Amino acid sequence: MTSLAEMAKQPGSWLDGSGPHSDIVLSTRVRLARNLQSVPFPTRAKAEQLAQMLPSVVAAAKKSSAFAEMAVLRSAEMTQQDKQFLVERHLISHDFAENSKVGALIIGTDESVSIMVNEEDHLRLQVLCSGRQLGKAVKLADKVDDELDASLEYAFSDELGYLTSCPTNVGTGLRASVLMHFPALVLTKQIGKVLQGITQVGLGVRGFYGEGTEIIGNFFQVSNQTTLGLSENEAAMSLERVVNQVMEYESKAMEAALRDAKVQIEDKVWRAFGALRYCKILPSRELVSLVSLVRFGVSLGLSGLCAIGALNELLVLSQPAHMQKRAGRDLTAAERNVMRAELVRERLWRR
Amino acid sequence: MQCQICGKAPATVHYTEIVNDKITELHVCEKCAEERGLHGVLGQSKVSISGPLVWMMDSMSATEEDKVGGIQCPVCGMKYSTFKETARVGCAACYEAFRAQLRPVLRRVHGSTRHSGKSPSKDGAKYARRREIQKLQEELDRAIQHEEFEMAAELRDKIRKMEAALAGKKRRGTPKAE
Repeated sequence: MTSLAEMAKQPGSWLDGSGPHSDIVLSTRVRLARNLQSVPFPTRAKAEQLAQMLPSVVAAAKKSSAFAEMAVLRSAEMTQQDKQFLVERHLISHDFAENSKVGALIIGTDESVSIMVNEEDHLRLQVLCSGRQLGKAVKLADKVDDELDASLEYAFSDELGYLTSCPTNVGTGLRASVLMHFPALVLTKQIGKVLQGITQVGLGVRGFYGEGTEIIGNFFQVSNQTTLGLSENEAAMSLERVVNQVMEYESKAMEAALRDAKVQIEDKVWRAFGALRYCKILPSRELVSLVSLVRFGVSLGLSGLCAIGALNELLVLSQPAHMQKRAGRDLTAAERNVMRAELVRERLWRR
Repeated sequence: MQCQICGKAPATVHYTEIVNDKITELHVCEKCAEERGLHGVLGQSKVSISGPLVWMMDSMSATEEDKVGGIQCPVCGMKYSTFKETARVGCAACYEAFRAQLRPVLRRVHGSTRHSGKSPSKDGAKYARRREIQKLQEELDRAIQHEEFEMAAELRDKIRKMEAALAGKKRRGTPKAE
């Protein structure tokens, strides 16, 4: 496993734009919340108890093929910047970054499988896949879970399933989420209705970075909320049905937008592409909206732009901690804006 | 509109989150949004993740609350009142200790109080047998309803036998990883 500075050079393979429907769906994430039977949950346990259980989780992970290549990062050894870097990479949560003292992150091969140890639950197993791949992600999470289960005794009851720190996760402990880009629905002002509809069928909508983050650049994360009374597959499939439906709405909105304002849209897309390639100062928020526009152009089939993977890459690599890791030092916001523009130029002119 | 973080500059970045029909809005200026990073806008404000859950528990009347607030988990010692504040239980046994209070909450959050997903592999066989018993029980109810008493007697014996076998089997210990 490479160092964080090495990781900072490229995003995890789950953002490479190779998965199905990558033009609309960036990635699919599945996480399972698990706790050990014999230890109080992290918010209640003593630090020594939590520190003692880490080796058994690491040993269990070692037996799983998903962790053939493995890195174990302890929160006590992480700098503030390391933590932010891992948050930006979707490997740890804000809560873990802010509060974890005896936690750890176990990263498997190419970051697509990882375990956050001692956040609010003892284990948070995470699987990330490129594009829309709910079935695959749930299957992989299930397999790794079984492998871990062979050496760990989970807190489980026949009645309530896997017992979790927060009752909103009890049962399957499964949260599946799909990160999507809906520029046409936003442009045609239908997104409000769609989001309302999504929440009405019991799903949640959030911004790019999950829980408690804003929606920017037309990126939306849709996830299941129910974990009790539905099987893992049922939860994933009902989420997939909604995702498919919304993707269809997005395609229809694209058609309508192209019919009514083709030249205007093309103009916006190419201006954004031009700005990305030529600008010298680029705040992160502006980058996200410009990338969103170019992404819109690519999904509309305009030729001569760049690959979806390159755009995904920019979203990840241009974040503050990523840039500081690459630079090898702390950077002010102003410095970052200049370096961000350099990074984008370098990536978008490279053919 | 002024920025809700610094209160000085005009708010140009608008944040909206909709979870379970509950809309949260935050309006901040470009500078504050930038300083907190792309995603850190809400980092400081400690929005409760389990907002809906806490809210649902608040529908309990004050007298009811006084009565149950002191209930304590015999294993980890967590009090129900603490659980209500944090919306986090202390250990696996808390689910049993707060069972009566949790049931309506689980029903409202999930629309169910019964797990129907996977189970740990070592419990898998036991769990499958229990499901089988459940199914036989349903068949038995049906048989009684249709006055098929011979069949019902057969089913009843089968269920009794399976239940006895299940109760006789102790949960076997799991070898701990070194």
